[in-house]
Amino acid sequence: MTSTDGPVPDAATTTVPDSASGESRNRRSAALSGRERIVPTRPDWAAAAIPAHRKPLPILTRDAIGQAGTTATHTRLSGKNRAQNDSGWPPEIAALRERGSQIRRETLEDLEGYLHSLTEKAEANGVVVHRAATPEDAARVVSRIAAEGDVKLVVKAKSMATEEMHLNAHLEGQGIEVVETDLGEYIVQLADERPSHIVGPALHKSQVEVGALFNELAGQQIPQEAEDLAAFARERLRTDFRRADMGITGVNFAAADTGTLTLVTNEGNADMVTSQPRIHVAVMTLEKVIPRFRDLAVLVPLLCHAATAQKLTVYLTMLNGPRRKDEADGPEQLHLVILDNGRSSIVGGPYEEVLACIRCGNCQIACPVYRTVGGHAYGSVYGGPIGAVLTPLLENTRDGADLPFLSSLCGACYDACPVKIPLPDMLVDLRADYESRAARPRRLLWRLWARLWDSPVGFRLTVIALRVLGPLLPRALVRLLPGPGKGWATGRALPAMGNAGRFRSWFAGRRAL
Amino acid sequence: MAMIDKHTSRTRVAPATVALFVTCVGDLVSPGPPRAAVEVLEAMGVRVEVPRAQTCCGQPALNSGYPQEARILARRWLRTFAPYDAVVSVSGSCTATVHHAYPRLLEGTERQQAQDLAAKSWEFTQFVAEFGHDLLLRLDATVTYHDSCHMLRTLNERESPRTLLGRIEGLRLVEMSDSEVCCGFGGTFATKMPDVSVTMADHKLVNAQETASHYLVSADPACLMHLQARADATRAGVQTRHIAELVREALVVEEVGA
Repeated sequence: MTSTDGPVPDAATTTVPDSASGESRNRRSAALSGRERIVPTRPDWAAAAIPAHRKPLPILTRDAIGQAGTTATHTRLSGKNRAQNDSGWPPEIAALRERGSQIRRETLEDLEGYLHSLTEKAEANGVVVHRAATPEDAARVVSRIAAEGDVKLVVKAKSMATEEMHLNAHLEGQGIEVVETDLGEYIVQLADERPSHIVGPALHKSQVEVGALFNELAGQQIPQEAEDLAAFARERLRTDFRRADMGITGVNFAAADTGTLTLVTNEGNADMVTSQPRIHVAVMTLEKVIPRFRDLAVLVPLLCHAATAQKLTVYLTMLNGPRRKDEADGPEQLHLVILDNGRSSIVGGPYEEVLACIRCGNCQIACPVYRTVGGHAYGSVYGGPIGAVLTPLLENTRDGADLPFLSSLCGACYDACPVKIPLPDMLVDLRADYESRAARPRRLLWRLWARLWDSPVGFRLTVIALRVLGPLLPRALVRLLPGPGKGWATGRALPAMGNAGRFRSWFAGRRAL
Repeated sequence: MAMIDKHTSRTRVAPATVALFVTCVGDLVSPGPPRAAVEVLEAMGVRVEVPRAQTCCGQPALNSGYPQEARILARRWLRTFAPYDAVVSVSGSCTATVHHAYPRLLEGTERQQAQDLAAKSWEFTQFVAEFGHDLLLRLDATVTYHDSCHMLRTLNERESPRTLLGRIEGLRLVEMSDSEVCCGFGGTFATKMPDVSVTMADHKLVNAQETASHYLVSADPACLMHLQARADATRAGVQTRHIAELVREALVVEEVGA
């Protein structure tokens, strides 16, 4: 393609012969055309491809805070948090929250049993079910399906499971074009970023930023109202829905008793992705199974409320299999890929309840740390409290073991969780797991501290040391010394350490009177 | 995270004697809040003891990933305060550690002991809101209140500090935006992730400034230490005040007959 492409690109000229039918038809993406004009401006740690070795968290988060637009993002997310969480759970949703929490724990009690039942029912419905232990296995399964189906263009609806698999890069390596069709996902794909939030992948981007991105893509100035920008994306995506050979989606809930796959969306793109292409691949992580179809009556409104404060999303898609003989539309093949990625080993352990998560993203919105640094600063597929708990536990992201420290343990995530996962307690316990592997000197220091403070004399010695030495230390010096003082003195005045012990002296003094 | 129902298994009769849990922040950097607490409690006619064997509740170790070390201090805390009918602290967070973390850290009879003692452990404003109806309080000031996280979410206590502020004649409480959002202290988080921590403090300070209050009031000395330290470093012009100190300042002593 040349750099002189217009807003709707040279789609008609890039025809590719369709080997299956022998007909000539276009199988290149219209939505992505002009993409080469976009110069990514994001830092490397926000990229779609997560850098193998990320910076230490305090440095990464400092970078994130220093980014232009971080304050605006904080303001926007704070507004969203107020709207969504300040008034708490309405009574009718609070009841669903109780029931939903039970259902999710009931699921985990016999996860393998429900998965077995789901597989049987889905296969009976004509779905091809694949189990994948690792993200690489899962990506290979999808690659094989694509190769066998002579797939050139894939349209995708939102799926965090495919983010764990880095599926887009995998398929692109095979020469397949992959188009994200959820508007937010489309935006981050164009910017070569990864989603910064589970439900709102482009939450960190302002309308102005999106407008500039679309201008670059179009190669010309386009109207910048929100409706205009959405219309621009919709027109481009619509072409691809018709052209694509394969649709890939996630799964919000998979009912074990009927094999029904449910998708909860707002833009209608999932309906297009699941109905237009010849092949549909649905990817789920294994805890997405639910015992019964009727549990959707609890879990769907609960998810909608927690995610976007909606009673129900605009689209609710339920899929029972590929196109049947008497049906007018739907895919010829429907594959269900069930990804484990270390989740089986979480079951039965102290962190089992994290698998109750229904991916609403509300803990992220509720988290003041997440709102301050943004989702990318976690350097992982999942950011925020759920990410800080899940990342160290998943098979392929154990290098994120220090993420539990990126939390002030304020507890807002627990209050915001629709299925009451004790995220703050888990963050505390995961810190202990991390520190059990820490260098000996640090562990020794804490043991020494406990010895010292387990004795009133030792405690008194600390108080005296602080009173005598504390006031002698200028802030400039404290900033240079190793240890907690340095972190404290970064941007903060030192407390009046000469006050150490004053209360007890005062109290003892007046008792003596 | 089990929420505490603060109205169950709590005495409705004012204890004659309480033990003051000073907290390590009270001992190390903030003598004002425990001192004010003693004076207010005595004005209520309660005898205050300060058990000498107390040190720290252990939360710094627990939240840094050292539960074994936290357990050592939890046991010390329980031994120290077990003999008392009531324990009052000037920190919602430390009280929350006793209520929520101790039962998780300990097992068997120790856990039972922790639960029993938690039922007798009060955060300062809870105790004064419950038993301090007769205090005469007067202060001409405008304040805004920061809900400290563990007090709000673990102790489930939103009302007591506001009840108490409401009893101060002449005081105006102007609620700030996001009063329930974390100030960024977070214990060792403040030193491990300093840039995030101070940025969160800045958000809190801006919200406080917008209320044009004389004082930014809270019930946790550690949050206030962090916020004041940030305000001083950035010349934000915010004056923090622990609620015990504010109530002490508002005490009309001669009319209580202390």
